[in-house]
Amino acid sequence: MDRAWGYILLIPYAAVFVLFVVYPIAYGIWLGSDVAGYERLWDDPIYWRTVRNTLVFLIVGVNLKMLLALALSSFFVLPYWWVRVVGVLFILPWAVPHIPSILSIRWFLNSEWGMLNNLIWQITGTFGPAWLSDTNYAFACVIAVHIWKYLPFWTLILIAGRMAISRDLYEAATLDGATPWQCFQNVTFPQIRNLFITSTLLTTIWSLGDFNSVFLLTGGGPAERTNTLATLGVRFAFKEADLSAGVATMISGLPLLIPLVILLLRRLNRQMAE
Amino acid sequence: MSRDVRTQLLLLPLAAIILIWTLLPFYHMVVLSLTPRDEAFAGRLWPDQPTLENYGTVLTQGDFYLQSFWRQLANSVFAAVMTCAIVLSVASFASFAIGRLKVRFGDAVSNLALLTYLIPATFLAIPMYQVMATYGLLNNIWALILSIATFTTPYAIWVLRQYADSVPFELDEAARVDGAAPLQIYWLVYIPLIRPALLAIGTFALLHAWNEYLYAFLMLSAEDQMTLPVAMGLYSRNDDAPWPVLMALGIIYSLPPTTLYYAVRKYMVTGLTAGGVKS
Repeated sequence: MDRAWGYILLIPYAAVFVLFVVYPIAYGIWLGSDVAGYERLWDDPIYWRTVRNTLVFLIVGVNLKMLLALALSSFFVLPYWWVRVVGVLFILPWAVPHIPSILSIRWFLNSEWGMLNNLIWQITGTFGPAWLSDTNYAFACVIAVHIWKYLPFWTLILIAGRMAISRDLYEAATLDGATPWQCFQNVTFPQIRNLFITSTLLTTIWSLGDFNSVFLLTGGGPAERTNTLATLGVRFAFKEADLSAGVATMISGLPLLIPLVILLLRRLNRQMAE
Repeated sequence: MSRDVRTQLLLLPLAAIILIWTLLPFYHMVVLSLTPRDEAFAGRLWPDQPTLENYGTVLTQGDFYLQSFWRQLANSVFAAVMTCAIVLSVASFASFAIGRLKVRFGDAVSNLALLTYLIPATFLAIPMYQVMATYGLLNNIWALILSIATFTTPYAIWVLRQYADSVPFELDEAARVDGAAPLQIYWLVYIPLIRPALLAIGTFALLHAWNEYLYAFLMLSAEDQMTLPVAMGLYSRNDDAPWPVLMALGIIYSLPPTTLYYAVRKYMVTGLTAGGVKS
């Protein structure tokens, strides 16, 4: 009786899963079996540039974000009322939808009429950098926007982890004469190490799929040189109507994605069992 | 001066940097939205003559790019509410079946669900578009609703399972002894017990659908079918379009989800930590 109802109640999810997960994945694999797509990528310097960008985005962007989150969590756990007020405002980038914020930043950074270069002009009397039309600056801005948006979320997660640490551990450490830094090293970090690693894996995977920070800030430009795999795949498929190159671009991210997902699934299952 | 006060004073510059970094884009958004249209290119720190005119332009659909503002707002609301309803019902049924009715292969189902949640949605965008075309759903708001529901439900199932495991089974047992059928237990015992988690994931689904850009942009191209983010993206591709009006639109669009987020903030954190990003 219970079992029967159990299966009936699983039907809606099973239907969603088959129609919108299994079928698209199978379709994607079928599209991705076209060798022409990979041949095009192999010969395309834009593709190799994009691979490089994606790696920089993940290695620099993600690590910088997580280290900042860790550092800031030390600030936000301080017991002053005004720190809590700063904390409430600090979540805003996460709480406000992505699109208007990025568009605001795009206008703000415009080298001719944006507020930032106008300020630089007024203060120093020199022209500011071409933030979004110089490739290196533009990609740095993409990373900055990504960090701006997602830093609050991960800081929040690490704060929650630190709040769960027993006060007794700190009292014992302080009695033994530990400095704040020693407390962090020997009490705080060992206690949130697992959380920190899990979070870093998760955000690496998700950052690989961050489409908005690139597409709405630079559109992949100038000259398609600030794309990541996510935006280049979409560009191939929809702007150039080359589906197999688009899918091939996404699939070429899998050798990075799949090991990360397996690693993370193992960790999560182990933690759930505990 | 006590040591505590000195620590706080030393922390002030750090707080100032954090606040400037965090708030500058919003400050810029507000300033630009208060700037008269013809001064958009001045890059001023504060407009000479701030005006609310741009907000009026949005609300009266008084610009070429805003002809369908109210329609698009309605689309966004509809998509968010429907996604939320689908995610809450599908996920609560599934988590009840797996966690309480103990169906066979329940763990396999939740692992598969978790896997779907971990894969970035962007990577499925191209085949998903094709599949929606096969189903005849392109340019139909349901394409957006069903995609976002697909990507949000796995997380919802996972959070609900974790949360439900932490609430006692005794009530289920008691209801069963009293002769309650599974559906009655679901409705009278299970749902009330997991209400905080439902609130968290309901908000999560609602915000996700409201905020979604990529899938909406790919699947909804007709002006009267698109949601507000797509309209803003389209608008922004044109530097000649009046950006002060766009920023006013952005603020109007951002207010409901931001208010909602802050209103249920406490539950969101509980929901997430219950959801296993825990040490």
